[in-house]
Amino acid sequence: MIKVLFFARIREQLATTELEIDFLAQTQSIALLRQQLVADRGESWAQVLGAENVIVAVNQTVVSDSHSLSDGDEVAFFPPVTGG
Amino acid sequence: MNHIRVQQEDFDVSAELAQMRLCSKEIGAIACFVGVVRDFNEGTAVATMELEHYPGMTENSIRLIVDEAMQRWQLLGARVIHRIGRLSPSDQIVFVATSSLHRGDAFASCEFIMDYLKTRAPFWKKELSPQGERWVDSRSDDVLAAQRWRD
Repeated sequence: MIKVLFFARIREQLATTELEIDFLAQTQSIALLRQQLVADRGESWAQVLGAENVIVAVNQTVVSDSHSLSDGDEVAFFPPVTGG
Repeated sequence: MNHIRVQQEDFDVSAELAQMRLCSKEIGAIACFVGVVRDFNEGTAVATMELEHYPGMTENSIRLIVDEAMQRWQLLGARVIHRIGRLSPSDQIVFVATSSLHRGDAFASCEFIMDYLKTRAPFWKKELSPQGERWVDSRSDDVLAAQRWRD
């Protein structure tokens, strides 16, 4: 199982805070996970998750799209940060 | 002695500085930065701000930034507090303080921690006004400020 979290503008656009997805061959990288989410949820998710400035973290560390996933990972999608 | 907190409540700058000062008798300098919520709404209506964060990653990312500062400069301590939830103009939002033997390391590391926090710690600001809600856009100036520490 992979836990997927969404924050800020992305959370609102997808109307989803958190979901769980089975860990399968088709979810073994961030790019593949994104494809799977779009296949499950529809084209509106492709626009939001495919936007240029979306940041992805795995187990709370920022990673690139080619990052490999393992069963039990926590993945988060969020926009550029604006704290401080 | 490092100390990192993410909290809704306000903080008392002099109490935080006093605790820091008493950590070590070697301390000769403490540099301190306080970030304040600006009034983004130019009209007379009340505007507020909502701060969202990624619990866990927020604290971890600040810890990594502080660790990097400890490696770059000779520090005796660092303290970072960031508020979340609903905030109003003039409220304190972030506190960064660093202590060292002499002022140079304290000044530089305080600015470094703040520059990195702005671009790496997962916080997001949303402005709320009678005209509606708006997520604050990230600023390229902040990215440039963080980049100048790379060399």
